[in-house]
Amino acid sequence: MTIARTLDDACVALAEHPDALLLAGGTDLMVGVNRGQVGFDHVVVIDRVDELRGWRREGDELVLGAGLTYAEMGRGELPVLLPALAQAARTVGSPQIRNAGTLGGNLATSSPAGDTLPVLVALDATVVLRSSHGTRKLALDRFVTGVKQNALEPEELIEAVRVPVLDGPQEFLKVGTRNAMVISVASLALVVDRAGRSVRVGLGSVAPVPVRAVEAEAFVDGAIDWDTGSAPEAAVDRFAGLVAEAARPIDDQRGTATYRSHAIGVLARRALRRAFPGGAP
Amino acid sequence: MSAGPYVLRVNGNDHEVPDAHLGESLLWVLRERLGLPGSKNACEEGECGSCSVQVDGELVCSCLVLAAAGVGREVTTIEGLAPDGELADVQRAFVEAGAVQCGFCTPGLIMAVDTLLDDLPDDGSDPDDLIVREAISGNLCRCTGYGRILEAVSIAADLRRENRT
Ligand SMILES: Cc1cc2nc3c(=O)[nH]c(=O)nc-3n(C[C@H](O)[C@H](O)[C@H](O)COP(=O)(O)OP(=O)(O)OC[C@H]3O[C@@H](n4cnc5c(N)ncnc54)[C@H](O)[C@@H]3O)c2cc1C
Repeated sequence: MTIARTLDDACVALAEHPDALLLAGGTDLMVGVNRGQVGFDHVVVIDRVDELRGWRREGDELVLGAGLTYAEMGRGELPVLLPALAQAARTVGSPQIRNAGTLGGNLATSSPAGDTLPVLVALDATVVLRSSHGTRKLALDRFVTGVKQNALEPEELIEAVRVPVLDGPQEFLKVGTRNAMVISVASLALVVDRAGRSVRVGLGSVAPVPVRAVEAEAFVDGAIDWDTGSAPEAAVDRFAGLVAEAARPIDDQRGTATYRSHAIGVLARRALRRAFPGGAP
Repeated sequence: MSAGPYVLRVNGNDHEVPDAHLGESLLWVLRERLGLPGSKNACEEGECGSCSVQVDGELVCSCLVLAAAGVGREVTTIEGLAPDGELADVQRAFVEAGAVQCGFCTPGLIMAVDTLLDDLPDDGSDPDDLIVREAISGNLCRCTGYGRILEAVSIAADLRRENRT
């Protein structure tokens, strides 16, 4: 076992043991380990790598370390800079899970229900990958390639995620069977870029990968009165309908495709209304 | 695959773990190798909270911690809350409120409430009901219906405050 202290330690260990189990918070991995479903003979532990911890601001961008925990997403200045991410983090699991689970682990798991993913796709996030061969960057929609599939190469790890700091309201909404400890049945992140006069919407749990509601975005950008911050009721309706059309949901044990399409439209309407309260009937 | 001998620091003492397997969880090692059965084993997937412990002061599910990766960390279990056999404040509050029925979830809940009280601001106010519910949302109790547990938290908060002043 390697307890890495630096990013270089971790990359060297991964190069030496390409089949090693890369362990961050353990909240996804240990479930399989406990069930005896995960075979391995080397573990590289990265939760003590300082370069992966925390976050920093670089100009108009935030660099979020892969080791950032959900609890940390809700602390200090981050909820002000990235409200949608903080809201998403607060819906994850329980305090126990939020203290251990990380952004990098959520990305690497690439579950359609991963709660940070709709936020990151709405923000056009860039994933920074690192190995002993160097660094590369991928847009989030290039990184997540399918259900639990992504572009990580063997020996590679996620170092950080870069997102813009935007001026405007942000919302994250999730539907599940209770408020805590719930895998989302449908989730939605809406972020507003006032300077660019644009609304961006990311959807979770309603397609194999996190998706953007591109047509709904284009429509609503033109329908909002940006000077008063208001949205006519008819525009909100149409926006919700277009968001629902962007979903490609399936039936599974947590919900039917029909329910998901309905729910995502409800979330879209609610999020837009919260972001643009003006113009409500 | 052996994890080799390693040392875990639990409740202020160093414990040698001589020949563990690499894949063992902290919960397993606490219960089966270190003779500390207070942390309970139920779901082994982080859902029930009955194995909750503090690692470096943070509440986590010990079933989701790889034991060998806990080297150099400070682990506190339910046994560590009352090292001299005298009940800790949260334990006394649970007894007083009758917040224990079958008792299986109790150690995990007490660790959760202890962490909550550690993290509360010191301004003398009672913890907000929503904050309390959120703090124990990762701990399932199938007997009490939670009413008496919530009562116990409020008693525990008073005891903790008295102790501070
Ligand atoms: C009870 C419970 C409730 C949960 N609730 C939610 C929820 O509400 N929403 C949600 O989205 N998820 C939830 N999860 C899933 C999980 O907590 C998250 O996906 C979490 O972000 C995983 O992070 P981790 O650090 O614990 O990952 P780990 O378990 O350590 O690792 C998971 C995977 O990611 C890889 N990995 C980790 N870090 C990196 C890195 N830096 N680079 C490359 N690969 C890496 C690992 O190799 C592994 O394959 C829940 C899990 C449990 C057990």
